Amino acid sequence: MTPFKTHRGIVATLDRANVDTDQIIPKQFLKSIARTGFGESLFYDWRYRPDRAANPDFELNAPRFRGASILVTRKNFGCGSSREHAVWAIQQYGVKAVIAPSFADIFRNNSMKNGLLTIELQEAEVEEIFQMVGRYSGLEATADLDEQRVTLHLPEEISFHFTIDPGVKEHLVHGLDAIGLTLKHETAITTFEARHDPQWVAGRH
Amino acid sequence: MGQTLFEKIWARHVVQELPNGTTLLYIDRHLVHEVTSPQAFEGLRLAGRRVRRPELTIATMDHNVPTDDRTVIRDPISKAQIDALSKNCAEFEIRLYDLTSDHQGIVHIIGPELGLTLPGTTIVCGDSHTSTHGAFGTLAFGIGTSEVEHVLATQCLTQKKPKTFQVEFTGRPGPGVTAKDLILKLIGMIGTGGGTGFCLEYTGEAVRQLSMEARMTMCNMSIEAGARAGMIAPDETTFQYIGAAPRPFAPTGAAFDQAVARWRTLPSDPDATFDRTLTLNATQIAPQVTWGTNPGMVVDVTGRVPAPDQVPGASRRDVEQALAYMGLTPGTPMTEVKVDTVFIGSCTNARIEDLRASAKILKGRKKAPTVRVLVVPGSQQVRAQAEAEGLHTIFQAAGCEWRQSGCSMCLGMNPDQLKPGERCASTSNRNFEGRQGKGGRTHLVSPEMAAAAAIAGHFVDIRSWS
Repeated sequence: MTPFKTHRGIVATLDRANVDTDQIIPKQFLKSIARTGFGESLFYDWRYRPDRAANPDFELNAPRFRGASILVTRKNFGCGSSREHAVWAIQQYGVKAVIAPSFADIFRNNSMKNGLLTIELQEAEVEEIFQMVGRYSGLEATADLDEQRVTLHLPEEISFHFTIDPGVKEHLVHGLDAIGLTLKHETAITTFEARHDPQWVAGRH
Repeated sequence: MGQTLFEKIWARHVVQELPNGTTLLYIDRHLVHEVTSPQAFEGLRLAGRRVRRPELTIATMDHNVPTDDRTVIRDPISKAQIDALSKNCAEFEIRLYDLTSDHQGIVHIIGPELGLTLPGTTIVCGDSHTSTHGAFGTLAFGIGTSEVEHVLATQCLTQKKPKTFQVEFTGRPGPGVTAKDLILKLIGMIGTGGGTGFCLEYTGEAVRQLSMEARMTMCNMSIEAGARAGMIAPDETTFQYIGAAPRPFAPTGAAFDQAVARWRTLPSDPDATFDRTLTLNATQIAPQVTWGTNPGMVVDVTGRVPAPDQVPGASRRDVEQALAYMGLTPGTPMTEVKVDTVFIGSCTNARIEDLRASAKILKGRKKAPTVRVLVVPGSQQVRAQAEAEGLHTIFQAAGCEWRQSGCSMCLGMNPDQLKPGERCASTSNRNFEGRQGKGGRTHLVSPEMAAAAAIAGHFVDIRSWS
């Protein structure tokens, strides 16, 4: 996994709360057995009209958000289905970091596993970013994971500090291979299994 | 200080505490289906890794499968995904209940049926409704594909310990009020993010008197409140369910007695404390119907479609968007909302008791002529049981379609979908935009309420149904 240290890019806003993973990547795209090719289908039902032309009413289709790589949205982003395809779609669209007042647990976990940074800010701070993005077309921001800071590159810069779980931070900063790390505890797992496996749990094939 | 049910199970599965505040947690059972697993198996292949404990992973195919003629999968992409699961299970030596098996079904329905779901264990699956298994006093939660691969390779997961949240339902719900209504009421109160970061434990008289299947309905929707896991302490109802029927993976004889003795130690201690508690009076809860585009947008069946400024915790814009999508006008009584389709199925409400409850309402009646009704049993076992009881003839006589088992119209990955603008009374778990088909409008209800809506052509208060 690619390590995440800092990223600067255009900020796009999506003014909806409780965006569920069914919206992020609708079901018909989950039939793929590949891990790529989802970016085109991100927010499919909102993003395209029935004739598959871009829906001009969908916020992310606004010309000023072209090339955006930081997504700012409302609370409980990524709720619903556990589909990791949602994270793959966001990343393959070009987004490196998502900022919201809160995220759904499974989505946040999936993001970490793929190196997508999820930043939680206070609701008022998120609102301030919405205001600034509305005011300054093409506004860029820097998400600095080392410093745990989001900076809006306005004529007078504004910064927001964010907190992040130390385990998540370590994972992202170093781009760790989670399975490889766990396999280093092989002895501990084997020891645990020797004392844990009750007869009524072990598989009976 | 005493421990909660969750804390006891967690403590018994700690392989190692890790320095960054996370825990290496052991996973007793891993359930796999065709949609969220292919990339995980591919990851193993690319890294040259094996499955650590193949006998602890069980697979079935449910999301994509046709529910009419299952001998032919017309969609080549669905077929490729189903074939990939067969191939992966053969290669990694994982037991698979495929479309030819009489144990095939929705993964969360076959787990308990087969005796794979047992108290005090940890269960994960690449599916958010894994919370269903919590009904047995099991720590069960949904994971993404990277974590599926992690469990396959290590039989462990690195987890941060969630906080605990006790939801107590006092008193007994009135007639016509089901587990579905209790859980929808809760989600309406705390919102779809209200349980985020928590493991829920449902307690109280209203929960204790629920059957195992009703408890599964309740735990199933924990994720709709944002909680990855929800659980109910095991008791005589639980032990009876596990021991009464032949369940190939459950202990029998002396092993069963031994297991029960251990399971009795699981319930939360009287002096255990929770990070958060909430009490609801079940006697005051009415049958619920969702009106919006997430499960927290719900009202009593006696209520009305709310106005944009009448929904606590939701912005005006979000409510307006939901109402526009749903094609509803504020102030409309829910009982005047007409439906085009009724879906009785899903891991929430497609067990035998759910079908019996729907059949009881539909017996000797006809569905409204304009309404299409799909009855999709949760598993082949449920289907066989329903047919043994003659329920299928009741459904068919009422004009319903009687189908093969699978996830079906809950998420419409197979051909069972709503058309744009169609309105559906559904016993499933999600009323998200497009969930049951692009442009489809979903209202979540109990099986009884769905059956009554099928006959009347609109929602009705099941309590006044005769």
